[in-house]
This record gives sequence, structure tokens and C-alpha cells, in this order.
Amino acid sequence: MNTLTVATGRARRRRVALAGLGAAFVAAFAARVLLGDYTFTVPDFFRILFGEQIPVSTFILMETKLPRAVMAVLVGLALGTAGSLFQMLLRNPLASPDIVGVSLGASAAGVFAVLTLGLRDDAVSVFAIVGAVVISGVVRWVAGTTGGYRLVLVGVGVAAAMVSVVQYLLARSNTYDVQLALRWLVGSLNSVQWPTIGVLALALAVLLPLLAVLARALPALELGDDAAAGLGVGRHRTDLLLLVGVLLTAAAVAAAGPVAFVAFMSGPIARSLMGGRHSLVAGALVGAVLMLLADYVAAYLIPNTVLPVGIVTGAVGGPFLLWLLARGAATGRTG
Amino acid sequence: MAVTTTGLGRLDRPRSTSAAGPATAYAVMLALVLVAAVASVLLGSRLISPSALFHDGPDRTVLEVRAVRTALGLLVGTALGLAGACMQGLTRNPLADPGILGINAGAALAIVLGISYLGVGGLQAYVVLGLIGAAVASVAVHAIAGIGRDGATPAKLTVAGAAFAAAASSWTVAVQLVDQTALDVMRRWQVGSIGGRPWDMVVTLAPIFLVGGLLALALSRTLNALALGDEMAQGLGRHTTRDRLLVGLVIVLLAGTATAAAGPIAFVGLIVPHLVRTRTGSDHRHLLPLSAGYGAALVLLADTLGRVVLPPSEVQVGIMTAILGVPFFLLLVRRGRMGL
Repeated sequence: MNTLTVATGRARRRRVALAGLGAAFVAAFAARVLLGDYTFTVPDFFRILFGEQIPVSTFILMETKLPRAVMAVLVGLALGTAGSLFQMLLRNPLASPDIVGVSLGASAAGVFAVLTLGLRDDAVSVFAIVGAVVISGVVRWVAGTTGGYRLVLVGVGVAAAMVSVVQYLLARSNTYDVQLALRWLVGSLNSVQWPTIGVLALALAVLLPLLAVLARALPALELGDDAAAGLGVGRHRTDLLLLVGVLLTAAAVAAAGPVAFVAFMSGPIARSLMGGRHSLVAGALVGAVLMLLADYVAAYLIPNTVLPVGIVTGAVGGPFLLWLLARGAATGRTG
Repeated sequence: MAVTTTGLGRLDRPRSTSAAGPATAYAVMLALVLVAAVASVLLGSRLISPSALFHDGPDRTVLEVRAVRTALGLLVGTALGLAGACMQGLTRNPLADPGILGINAGAALAIVLGISYLGVGGLQAYVVLGLIGAAVASVAVHAIAGIGRDGATPAKLTVAGAAFAAAASSWTVAVQLVDQTALDVMRRWQVGSIGGRPWDMVVTLAPIFLVGGLLALALSRTLNALALGDEMAQGLGRHTTRDRLLVGLVIVLLAGTATAAAGPIAFVGLIVPHLVRTRTGSDHRHLLPLSAGYGAALVLLADTLGRVVLPPSEVQVGIMTAILGVPFFLLLVRRGRMGL
């Protein structure tokens, strides 16, 4: 009887947390679109959205503020989901796509395509996606297991190799090309185009429902491979889910570059909001909120300079990573 | 997560080896360093006959450039080999390496901040900044990994190092994006190269390397005691805190100076002590000098190989050591020597 009350109490707490996240998401989106150097009123926003032409305002909303905000949401959803998924499947808060080399694989492939093959635009994105998938495959294959620290350590090693590749390519190129390649090193929403948003939205429209179907096995998987196998969930299911996570990361990186640490931060934040339980939905929402806030800061922190959003997330995410590590070590819960 | 130290048995205890073991290892080391140094002077992306190199003429400059490069390679390789051996001994961590534990990234961040915000330039400034960054990085990484009941276990140290490196490099990229000068200086420095450095650099840094190297060798008994574990070492009458501080200082001196001079060269400090240990066991009285020599040989060979592998362009030594080191690192992780 008592346990039942506790269980319902926890369930209520999770519902409240999800509702709160939803509200924070709407508020962050509204703030990003309506506030800033050029403010809109809510009625104006809807009038422009439904096709009314207001000089200057229409252009600013439809060509800069709205695409940035929508892109931030999509990238945040993709990275937040992928981060939570990785941390859940690999049972390690450090096992996010940022740390185990997925994002760096995409970066290295992107830089290679720009600097060595001289490709531009969509072709580079294709390379980045292929790079992410190939590198994750290598990490998974070398590690041989998805449990414990081994996959994280292999990921760290492979990531180090990718950093070397990137630095080699950067060192031998001229300054102009390097500027183009930096886009593949730091995530940015500074030149978002509607067609890119469309492609990313399409990718998410395929991947997220697929994940929802596959993820029904997740509570069993979190117990560990052996326990999951006992419950009838095969190891290949884990790999399939990881592949969806890799594709989500790759799609986000291809659209906006590797926005540092969003995938990594979303999982733990969502988990502590949800009372210690993993939740992909909460992770996705946290990712979107983080992206919106980070992009707001990036746009208005320094007057007349629009920083790439990846700078802000990287600057915040690095210390967060260290704090998480210190806290995990203090409570003996690193693994 | 339960990390046991059983997998580290071979590191903890100096293995008894036959007297012939170390002697052969020293002889092979000297021969290898000699071969590497000669190859480094004679070979290059432009093939020039030895006779032309040593006679007065246009090719004489090439000889001078290569000689400087070889001297710097010897210094940097020695320092990295020693720093790696000290680090693995101090942390009892088989994955310890200045690159993996975030020391290089800390040095890089300090230097880029110096270029961009303090407006400094020149070798002396880089060395001072590199040392400060290396010191801050090692203290931070060890402090973070050391929190908790189980202390700084190998896995925690490695991940703390990777985390620190990720954090530091995202700040480094941030500064570079805003500052074009910093980007141009850094992207060449960051790759890890011993080529194109002035002779002044060798002269300026040699005393620092010498002091660091001698200190490291003097600490070999201390490292042997620390390898027994803190309680054992205290039982033998050692001040473990003071000892750790001293070893840490030497590591920062060696790795920080090497990084300032050549940029981050990863994996030398990882590979060399491991290979030496398989031959002569983990008595630091042999491990340290041998790691120094084999470190120098590895850097010179990797650098020479990088010059001839893709003529007429060069692959920097930092890339070459990464190409060699990453598979080695993965092998270590796979073999589960960390008791994972």
C-alpha cells in the first residue's frame, strides 16, 4: 500500500516535471523569437506568420529570427534525444555522442570534404553523416561490448585520432578554407536556410517515430545486456537503437555543425528533473531549451557580434562535464 | 563502478629481471637513438646526397635546419618518454599520457589565451604560458579524479583527462574563432611539429629539459616506493604527499616545456614506457632512463617517417605519433589491463 503511494507520488512528480519542461520550452521559444534587439508583440508575430507583410518586421522574423529558433529546436531535439539514448543504453553518463567520437567523426569527415576534396554545401553534409556512422561503427566494433567503461575509453581514443586528423588538415590549408572548415568544428545557427530546416525536419520525422517504436524495449535494456537478454531483448536491439542515436546526431551535425555538449548535458539534466529516471522525451525537451537559451546568449552576449552557438554550449558544457564527473566521483556513481 | 587494481599487478611490483635484460635494452636504445638521429639528418622530403649536405654549398642550409630539428626532437622525445613513465608510475595508471590526461590541452588553452588577451608572442612567453597551463591542467584533472572513496582510479583519471581536454579545447576553439591571429598561430602549433624551429629555441629550452630530466632520474627510487601503494610507502618512512608533489612538478616541467616547444605530441609518453616495461620490468631505475632514450628515438623516427611518407609535403610528428599511438591505446583498453 505504502509503496503504491510512493510510486504514484513519483509518477506525479514526473508528470509535473514534463509539464514544467514543456512550459520552459514554449517560454524559451517565445523569448528567442519575440525578444532581443528587435522585439515583436504576440499579435504581430501571428499576423506576420499568417502572411501579413509588415516592412522590415516580416523580413527580420521570417528570414533570421524564426529560422534560427526553429533550427535551434530541431537540433536540440535531435541532440537531446541522442544524448539521453546513449547514456541510457550504455549506462554511463559520460557516454554521450560528444565524448565517444560520433560528433568528432562527423567533424573530421566534414573538414576532410571541405579542405581536401574541395566540396561545398550538401555534399559535405553527406560526408559528415557517413563519417559519424563509420566512426561509431569502428568504436562499437573495437570495444566489442556496450557495457562499462570500455566503449567510453575506446571512444576517447578514436576521438583523439579524429582530433589529429582535423589538426593535420587545418595546418596544411590556407586561411580562407580554414574559415569555411571551422563551421565543421563549432556548431552555428548563423546562416540558417529554410531548405536545411526542411531536410532536418524530414530526418527527424522519420527517426523519432522509429525510435519511439524501438524504445519500448528500453526499460529492459537499462538493466544491463544480460538481464535484458533474459527478458527477451536481444543485443542487436541495443545496436539498432544506438544506430538511430548516431543518425540523429549526424543529422543535427550535418545541419548545424557539432554543437558541443548539448547531447551530453541533456541526459543528466533531464534525469535529475525526472527524479533519477531516464526519459527520452524529457531529454529532447531539455536539449531544445538548452539550444534556444544558448543561441539567445550567443546572439546578444557581445553587441554587434553574433557568436556561433557552439561557443556558448562549449563554454558552459565543459565545466558542466567536470562538475558531473566530480559529483559522480564524490557519490561513487561514475559508472 | 568497481575498478580493481588487480589488472595493474605488473605495474605495482618491480619484476626481477636478469642482469643481461637491462644491458641489452640500453645497448639497443643507444643504437636506435644513433640510427634515428643519423636518419633524421640525412633523410627528408627532398632527397639530397650526404656528400652534398656536408660540403659548402646551397644544401648546407638544409643540413643546419635538419640538425636543429634533430636536436629538438631528441630533447622533446626524451622529455615525453620521461614524463609518460613518471605519470604512469605516479598515477599507477597504464593509460596515463600527457595528451590523454589533458595536460597538452591545458597548455594549448593557456597559450591561446596569452596570444589573444595578453598580446604576447615569442618563445619565452609560450613556454611560461605552456607551463602554467600544464600545471593547472594536471592539478585540476587529478583533483577531480581523486574525489570519492576509491580515489583516482585509472578509468576515472582517463575520463577526467578527456573531459578536461574536451572542455579546454572548446574554449581554445572559441578564442580562435574570435581572433584571427590566434587561429593562424595556433593551427600550426597545435598539430605538434619539431620542424622549422630556430636554434635559439633549442639553446633556451635545453637547460629546462636538463633540469627536468635529472630530477626525474633522481626520483626513480621515490617512484618505486610510490608504486607499492601509499600505505606501504608511508610504512617505509616516505612522505607520500611531498613525493607526489615532486613527481608532479617534474611531469609538468617536462611535458609543459615539450608542449610549448613542439605543440601537443600525444601518445609518446603512453607507448614508450609500456614497451620498455615488457623488456625490463617496472623498476624505475631502469624504466626512466630507458623511456627517455626510446622516447627520443620514437620522436625522431616518427618525424623522419613523416618527412618521407608523402613527399613533397610533410606529415607532422604529432600526427605520426597519433597514427602509431591510437591503435596501441585501443589495444591496451581491449586487453583490459585496467581491471575493467
